[in-house]
Parts: sequence; C-alpha cells; structure tokens
Amino acid sequence: MTIIAATVRRELLIAFRSPGDIINPLMFFIIAVTLFPLGVGADTEFLSRIASGIIWVTALLAVMLSMDSLFRADYEDGSLEQLLLSPQPLYFIILAKLGSHWLVSGLPIVILAPVLASMLALPSEAMLPLLAGLLIGTPILTMIGAVGMALTVGLSRSGLLLAVLVLPLYVPVLVFGTGTVSMALGGLGISGLLALLGAMLVMAICLAPLAILAALRISVS
Amino acid sequence: MWQWLFKLGSPKWFYTMSGQFIPWLTGITVILLGVGLVWGLAFTPPDYQMGENYRIAYIHVPTAIMCYWWYGMMACFSGAYLIWRIKMADMAAKACVPIGFTITAVALFTGSVWGIPTWGTWWIWDARLTSTLVMLFLFAGVMVLRSAFDSVDAGAKAAAVLSLVGVVNIPIVVYSVEWWNTLHQGASNLSLSDTQANPPEVWLPAFFTGFGIFGFFMLALILRTRNEILQRERRADWVKDIFRSGKGEF
Repeated sequence: MTIIAATVRRELLIAFRSPGDIINPLMFFIIAVTLFPLGVGADTEFLSRIASGIIWVTALLAVMLSMDSLFRADYEDGSLEQLLLSPQPLYFIILAKLGSHWLVSGLPIVILAPVLASMLALPSEAMLPLLAGLLIGTPILTMIGAVGMALTVGLSRSGLLLAVLVLPLYVPVLVFGTGTVSMALGGLGISGLLALLGAMLVMAICLAPLAILAALRISVS
Repeated sequence: MWQWLFKLGSPKWFYTMSGQFIPWLTGITVILLGVGLVWGLAFTPPDYQMGENYRIAYIHVPTAIMCYWWYGMMACFSGAYLIWRIKMADMAAKACVPIGFTITAVALFTGSVWGIPTWGTWWIWDARLTSTLVMLFLFAGVMVLRSAFDSVDAGAKAAAVLSLVGVVNIPIVVYSVEWWNTLHQGASNLSLSDTQANPPEVWLPAFFTGFGIFGFFMLALILRTRNEILQRERRADWVKDIFRSGKGEF
C-alpha cells in the first residue's frame, strides 16, 4: 500500500511542477471542440444533435495526446528502468501511475466537459449520462492508451504511430459512451450501457497493467 | 508431440519440409480455385434479384470470414513467440500481417464493388463494414509498429504484444459496432446466413473458392515465412549451401 501512495504522490508532484503537461491536453480539448461549430455551422439544433459525439471524440483524442507525459520523461531519465528493477509489485505501481495520470489528465476533461457540452447546446437531460459515461470511459482510454505508449516510448517519434495503434482500440468506448447519451435522449435506461463500460473498465484494470509491463520491458531493453 | 513442436521450431526443418509441401499445396489450390471459379462464374444460374452481381460473393464471403481468424492465427503465433521464444513463430507471425491486411482489404474491396449495383452505394456505415474496416486498422497497426523498431527482436516482441492486446479487443469492438449499428439505423438485411435457402449449385462453388482462397493465402504465408527464414538465417551454413547449390528458389 505504501508503494501505491508513494507512486501517486510522486506522480502528482511531478505533474504539478510541470503544469504544461496538465494544461496542454485541456487546451487541446477546448480548442478542438471550438473548431466544430466553426466547421459545421452554428445551427444550434444541429449542434445539439452532434454535441455528445464531438465531446467524446475530442476527449478521446485529448486523452491520447496526454499519454506522452506518462512514460516519456521516466524513460529518458532512466527512472523507468529503475522502476522495472524494483522489488515492489510492479502491477500496483503501474496501476498507481495510471490512476494519478488519469487524475491530472482524464478528470479535468470530465470536469470541463459539461461547460463545453452546454456551449454545444447538449440537452440538459443528456448532461448527466454524458458525464457518467466520461467518468467511467476516460480511465479505460487512459489504460488502452498507456499500452500503446508503453510500446512506442522507446521510439524517437511516436506521436502518429500511437494514434494508429490506439485509436482502433478506442472504438468500443466511443460507441458505448455516445450510445449512453443517445439512449438517454431517446428516453431509455442507461444503466445497462454504463454497466458495460464499467465491465470494460474492470477488464482494463485487470489486464492493461500486464500488457503495459510486458511492453515496457521491451521498450527498456 | 513435443518432438514435433521442437522440430517445427527449427527454421531449417521448416524450410526443407515446407519445400516438399509447396508443390502439393499449389496443385490443390489451383484445382480448388479453378473448379470453384469456373463453376461459380460460368455455370451457376444467376440470382433472380441481383442477377450476375452476386457472383462476387464467391470471393467476398471467404475473405470476409477469413480475416478474423487470420488475425487469431497471427495472435497464436505471437503468443507462442512470447511464451516459448520460438523464433519460427515470430517469422510466421510477421508473414501473417501483410497477408491478413490484404485479406481484409480484398473483403472490403469486393464488398464495395458488390455494393454499387446492389445497394446503390459502395460504402454505408453498416456494422459489418465498419468492423471489417477496424480490422484493417488493427492489421495496419501491427505492421506499422513492427517496422518502426530498428531492432528486429524488439519489433517482434512489440508486435506480438499488440497482436495479443488486439485479440482481447476484437470481440469487444465487433460487438460494440454491432450494437451501435442497431441503435442508429434499422437492421439492414445484409445477412448472408440465408444461403442455406439457396440451392446447392449456388453455395457449393463457394466451398471450392473458399478452400481455394484459403490454400492460396496459406501458400503465401509459407512462401513469406520461407523468405523471412532465408533473410534472418542468411549467415547460417545451410542457407549458404542452398544458395551455393543454386536451389534458392525452392
């Protein structure tokens, strides 16, 4: 338990000492969402129909772009190597790293989403389903993205490669996330879809750290 | 059993064995494809609704079915490589990727060509089309990841890990896309499961072309794997012997 607390403390400390890593994905999220009305027109009725899709797709891209700060610095200064050599349970260290990364990258996006969603005229009854979906969905995005990041951290230019690897795997989260909003707007229950997202989160928590560990070992060696 | 597995793990043994196997496989493939294509394209009666167009199904359906379990096969090789460090398994996995990409691309292409006369459009966001497109992306991802590494070993392991991650995800992707489609539009009657209602002279050629196409891609897999063996083992004596004796082709 102490190793988890220590890892979370370290990660949060690093994150708050280089606030650019926290702010940049958020800025991307805001700016990218702003581009959509400029691109498709300011018609409120049309925007409200595609609002949840815009929020989800940009949130997904923002989470993916925030991945770079997860392992990159640790890889470059060698602390990743030390981490892999440590006698502590690696599974929990990775999980703690992912959790604290989500706290500074995923959670701010979830918090900011209602503001942007209401700017896009998302109906108010869809707000809570959108938030619930994002709250369960963004950690999954973080975990899947971390697998891709761990695979590519040893490569010098990994940005676009990461997108090619990770975006196809984001499909289910996007489908069920936006599906939650559509179901709510159609007056249907959303607990089933949220449960599916929750199941995916549990599966990601179980399996993703293992894949990340295997990938990190390849990248470091 | 183990003896056999160990032998299969030896590039030299695989190279010589598969060399003897290739003429047979080629013959069977040519016969199956020939019979299936001639029968399907020339002798099967035209469909009462789609006319002659449906004949593309003899290529489309086998490739569309094959792309999923081709990924599964690649993942099995990848798993074998990660677990037992069998180099042969990695060579086979590497050879699988571009072929799987091709199979998926052929399935998509033939589907589009078929779609123009029957649906009036070459692309709709149907569940099957979309999940096949995602399959194409997954194959592309594995291919791109491997080529991004300078070290053969690291690239092989990374591609293997990604393949296994994909295997966990493919069922979720496919079912989510299926669910998404039924939510957003009425179920489109693209199902081919009613082939059983068709007379045997319509679906029997599909068996021939199906196994023929399978044989063709297996042949491609074996040839690519052999090529990979020669490239990686080029410093081994037995490979040098092959080239000195001028039997480099087969």
